[in-house]
Amino acid sequence: MTVQLLAGQLLLGLINGSFYALLSMGLAIIFGLMNVVNFAHGAQYMIGAFTAWFLLTNFGVPYWAALVIAPLIVAALAMIMERLLLRPLSNLDHLYGLLATYAIALIVEGLVRQRYGATGIPYDSPIKGGIHLGFMFLPWYRLWVVVFSIVTCVGTWFLIEKTRLGAYLRAANEMPQIVESFGINVPKMITLTYGFGAGLAALSGVLAAPIYQVSPSMGSNVMIVVFAIVVIGGMGSISGAIITGYLLGIVEGLTKIVYPEGANMVVFVFMAAALMWRPDGMMKSN
Amino acid sequence: MSETALKSSAATAPAMLSVENLHAWYAESKVLHGINFDVREGELLTLIGRNGAGKTTTLRAIMGILQKRTGSIRINGDELIGKRTFEIARKGIAYCPEERAIFSSLSVRENLLLPPVLKPGGLTEEEVFEIFPNLLRRASSQGTKLSGGEQQMLALARILRTGSRLLLLDEPSEGLAPVVVKEIGEMILKIKARGYTVLLVEQNLRFARKVADRHVVIENGAVADILTAEEVERAPERIQSYLGV
Repeated sequence: MTVQLLAGQLLLGLINGSFYALLSMGLAIIFGLMNVVNFAHGAQYMIGAFTAWFLLTNFGVPYWAALVIAPLIVAALAMIMERLLLRPLSNLDHLYGLLATYAIALIVEGLVRQRYGATGIPYDSPIKGGIHLGFMFLPWYRLWVVVFSIVTCVGTWFLIEKTRLGAYLRAANEMPQIVESFGINVPKMITLTYGFGAGLAALSGVLAAPIYQVSPSMGSNVMIVVFAIVVIGGMGSISGAIITGYLLGIVEGLTKIVYPEGANMVVFVFMAAALMWRPDGMMKSN
Repeated sequence: MSETALKSSAATAPAMLSVENLHAWYAESKVLHGINFDVREGELLTLIGRNGAGKTTTLRAIMGILQKRTGSIRINGDELIGKRTFEIARKGIAYCPEERAIFSSLSVRENLLLPPVLKPGGLTEEEVFEIFPNLLRRASSQGTKLSGGEQQMLALARILRTGSRLLLLDEPSEGLAPVVVKEIGEMILKIKARGYTVLLVEQNLRFARKVADRHVVIENGAVADILTAEEVERAPERIQSYLGV
């Protein structure tokens, strides 16, 4: 094993980990604050990417504007979905929310596949060129993804763990009626939380578009790994989801060196181990 | 102001909260059958009665936590039936539940500062710590690591910051040692002395007699009797007969 190979895979792992961290953080926020296992997260990620592509090809909206507009559109759609579909199920078992969001994911993916086909659609990178690091060529865009993901993850963690708004969200997860008795509009807060989580998924989708291409199955392909990461990090633990997302992206990259055939399953080996030895996750739920 | 002076001023004050013909249901099961009473401004009124009589349900219905209710609940003339819990809170009513509801994910200080200031006139953090000095010493501890008495104090303390002038307190003496109950009673009297209006649910008659201006006896989801503190002092057997003590 050469140092170049190791460093290259570490960096690629970090790039994949950036997407895992962003997506698993969104899932953890929705689960941690709403107790909803959001199976529609992958579809929201895919719709984010498709919206960016649609805006560019139909209206000439550039990537940088889509980075703001697409998450807002997906967040608005998600808030409607929360009001119409998830709220009536909120007093029932978690399984109902899981099934409802899974149904939405399948319907959305099916509709997009029917309209645009199953093959990937290229989306031009908004930042050209890159840097030779000696061990690999690093496109600037990928560096942007890593930096943007870290800033977004840290910012969101800070918002939820260290601000008054975050304290309301955490408290509302424990005892919503009591928080409401303090004069806080908890139903509205839950709707906004779901919109925020879905917006994060769409943001990841826009970031992913120039790297992975835009395809109807891009969400379902990555979501199973992201769910495993949320389980390993601790269901509902935001810091757990972020840290595990980056770490497992790197572990996946390193596995490609030592045992390439196992790279796609290493995350699930960790999930099985976590369920056996640390079922509360690496970092206990908040 | 002395305790007697406080009681006499409360006796002549206008009604702050009026509950008229209140009926409430848990799903299909009717639990309140036409409750009527007023709480006057600056008064400390207890809802007293046996377990399961409907005292806590009355508080939950006032607060809108129990949404299936009919009749009329007015605070300073504003109707609360049909309003959501957060809208009711914004009218100036604060609620301290029986289970204390301390958030385990928050420290004592975070629990204390969690409720937003809804109206001017709420206590500052310093004033709260003046009434509840124990909490200052434990400010950075996890809220649920406090003793039962300290948790009760925290639950009381945090609603004083909101600026709400009507406090609904559900059995603050429940499950506490007699010495702590005495301490809680003193704190409630301090709160009342600051001009708060208190609607207190209690089963502990001795505790209720020490702090209340009037007692509303609840039996089988209806008001069985309304007694002033003086009437109870003159003839305690009257209220004791309802409680079976």
